[in-house]
Amino acid sequence: MTASASAETLARTGLRSPAFARLLRALLPALSMTLILIAIAYLNPRAISYFGFSLMLNLAIPIALATIAQMFVITVNELDLSIGTFVGFVACVTATWLRDAPLLGVVVLLGSIGVYAALGALIHLRNLPSIVVTLGMSFVWQGLAILMLPKPGGKAPDWLQGFMSLKPPFVPFPIIAALVIGLGVHVALMRTSYGAVLRGTGGNAQAIHRAGWSILKTKVTMFALTGLFGVLSGMALVGITTSADANLGNGYTLLAIAGVILGGGEFVGGRVSPIGAVIGALTLALAASPLLTFMHIPPDWQVAANGAILIIVLAARALISRREGDR
Amino acid sequence: MSEGKSVIVRLDGVERHFGAVRALDGVDLAVESGSCVGLVGHNGAGKSTLMHILAGSGRADRGRIAIRGHEETAYSVARAQKLGIRCVFQELSLCPNLTVAENTRITHASLKGFGWRKRSAALIRAKLDEIFPGHGIDPSDVVGDLAIGQRQMVEVARAFTVTDEPLHLVILDEPTSSLDAHTAGQLLAFVRRAVDQGISSILISHMLGEILSTCDRVVVMRDGKVVATDTAAAFDRDRLVATMGGTRHRDKVAAVARTREETAVMVRARPRGQVAGAELVAHRGEVIGLAGLAGHGQTRLLLDIVRASTAARPGVTVGAPVALVAGDRQTDGIFPLWSIAENIGIRSLAGLKRGLLLSREREAALARAWQEKISIRTPDLDNNILSLSGGNQQKVLFARALGSDAGIILMDDPMRGVDIGTKLEVYDLIRDEARKGRTFLWYTTEMDELENCDHVYVFRNGRIVADLAHSELTEEKVIQSSFEEGAGAALRERAS
Repeated sequence: MTASASAETLARTGLRSPAFARLLRALLPALSMTLILIAIAYLNPRAISYFGFSLMLNLAIPIALATIAQMFVITVNELDLSIGTFVGFVACVTATWLRDAPLLGVVVLLGSIGVYAALGALIHLRNLPSIVVTLGMSFVWQGLAILMLPKPGGKAPDWLQGFMSLKPPFVPFPIIAALVIGLGVHVALMRTSYGAVLRGTGGNAQAIHRAGWSILKTKVTMFALTGLFGVLSGMALVGITTSADANLGNGYTLLAIAGVILGGGEFVGGRVSPIGAVIGALTLALAASPLLTFMHIPPDWQVAANGAILIIVLAARALISRREGDR
Repeated sequence: MSEGKSVIVRLDGVERHFGAVRALDGVDLAVESGSCVGLVGHNGAGKSTLMHILAGSGRADRGRIAIRGHEETAYSVARAQKLGIRCVFQELSLCPNLTVAENTRITHASLKGFGWRKRSAALIRAKLDEIFPGHGIDPSDVVGDLAIGQRQMVEVARAFTVTDEPLHLVILDEPTSSLDAHTAGQLLAFVRRAVDQGISSILISHMLGEILSTCDRVVVMRDGKVVATDTAAAFDRDRLVATMGGTRHRDKVAAVARTREETAVMVRARPRGQVAGAELVAHRGEVIGLAGLAGHGQTRLLLDIVRASTAARPGVTVGAPVALVAGDRQTDGIFPLWSIAENIGIRSLAGLKRGLLLSREREAALARAWQEKISIRTPDLDNNILSLSGGNQQKVLFARALGSDAGIILMDDPMRGVDIGTKLEVYDLIRDEARKGRTFLWYTTEMDELENCDHVYVFRNGRIVADLAHSELTEEKVIQSSFEEGAGAALRERAS
């Protein structure tokens, strides 16, 4: 019996077990980021320093926040194609009203989170495809942003600018911020009891409904959280760039989706990882400019190089998943 | 019902209509506390509809529901839970992306706050240990990683967990359909123990033996009505089948005298775990059974054979085109967005072409031919596949395979949750097609179905451990070889 018991333990923890494949998949984001860091260190050793990280990860915070925002809707099997222009809209509000008329600014930002919550309700109640609704909304946000700031301009509130340029001792600010965001969302979504219900909505909505929970409430919660993190992302972005532009966040939609997927999330089924998503966002931020500049790749090719990294990581994950399916 | 026992649930004249179809046509039902009621009937007799109404997830168009003598007007899932009524649905209702403990929390609103994960894990572990000793499931396992039988064990155990809400009645809809004989036995024994403690059950099952051995009372439904109610002792298998409006009696399958070497070998396959020796051999026109406990490599071998039909694979040779009839029809079988006709035609697209394009008429003709042949019950083959009852959906999968050019039909325990009438029809069909020269490889968890096979291979831990001709086949032999050496470990083996 002992022999078979140890055989069983081996089957549970061994190299072919689903748990091992899951672990491998969970480590993949960290692994890809490490590889990129090694490449950077090889190309330019001086980049691996307090100052170097502060520079290289400069834009990582807003990207990480936008990625987390996207992750919330992906958890419940939806997709937000408007997060990029929403971040741009928030940036414009922050650089104008939040500075000049703080009360109005706060009301508008809170109102925009309310709009997100209402969209969640609309998508659920009318059974609409979220891709279509949010694609439509992306033009609305962009239009509003252009109305507010037809030309690049505005100025970030001083407190925000000050906060984003904090220089804590020993560890660069972006790394601390990434840790706080990743761990905070991890605890809220992966460890709390209502977090299980939220993720369950993505896994099997009918089962959640039959257990007496409101799917409307879970979807509205997730969309509102997306709105909240979208607002945080836009504010962080303006705090770094100090002035705004209606097109500031346009690239964030796809970056955010890529970050979630790179971080081990899946489009359907409620399988997401907040820590992975933050790492995915950092990887994209690192790969986007510093690495490619060091490699003397002209900016025209950088987007393609970024895409290549994404494909390689996803291919590695597909291989792991195939092993899992081979069981 | 005048024995003084209190009645938990009483339904009076419950009706439910779907368009012109009367799914329930005036049903009366009463369940006393501390009793187990068996509910049997053909697919489409209205059992599932009735259970959804009892669980609060479906609404009655007419009629009264009274719980513990109190009439319910605004009945809902939440209300049912508060009153201590739970349901294990036929379609698995766990979240595959959550752990076992997290899935337990979903059904218990009170499992929250600091330390909920520990409490939830302890709750489900204790219940699993109580019902299925030696289950091999850890509360931290992600449900998607578990084999289908283990998922069903989790679901059943979860229904019996108690926190702050009472538990009076558990409705079990086909709870043993994915369990092997051993775990099914554990479950039924537990149901009896629960009944002794005053927790009632409604057991819906197509395994008539389970109903007769476990239940106190049996209710038979047909066409949306209750047609018979009596103590279980008053029924036997034949009377149950007759009352259900069941088809003719099953003749003992005549063992066709065959010498195996008469026809050509169509499949030769060695399971991956097999070091040497036994391999599975199927001749043209044979029905080969794959037996053993659920999840011991039978499905994997069938999938290997499917792969070998398109790309060479060591240890497997295949002599004709292959078609697979899936067992888990919701995930592996049907295309839920397609019509019935499209679902039948998908395996035969090459033959349905006119020029470069698909011919709608040919597809419809193929579907019509098979609708007649195996009587798929639908007013229109262009209806969505989900408009069919479970048994009829399974018939569509058979039509898909048999309507194709495949000479070898693989069946992955295809009769899960299928009513006995449909089963008997399909058995005849299989014998018929085998006589015409088709070869069948049939993985089944039901002993009765092995009787239909010319030759049976018993699997254990991914290997063939016994090789029985029809004449040598007995239930004892199959069980014996399934359980040899370290039966407990064999059960815990998790395979695909």
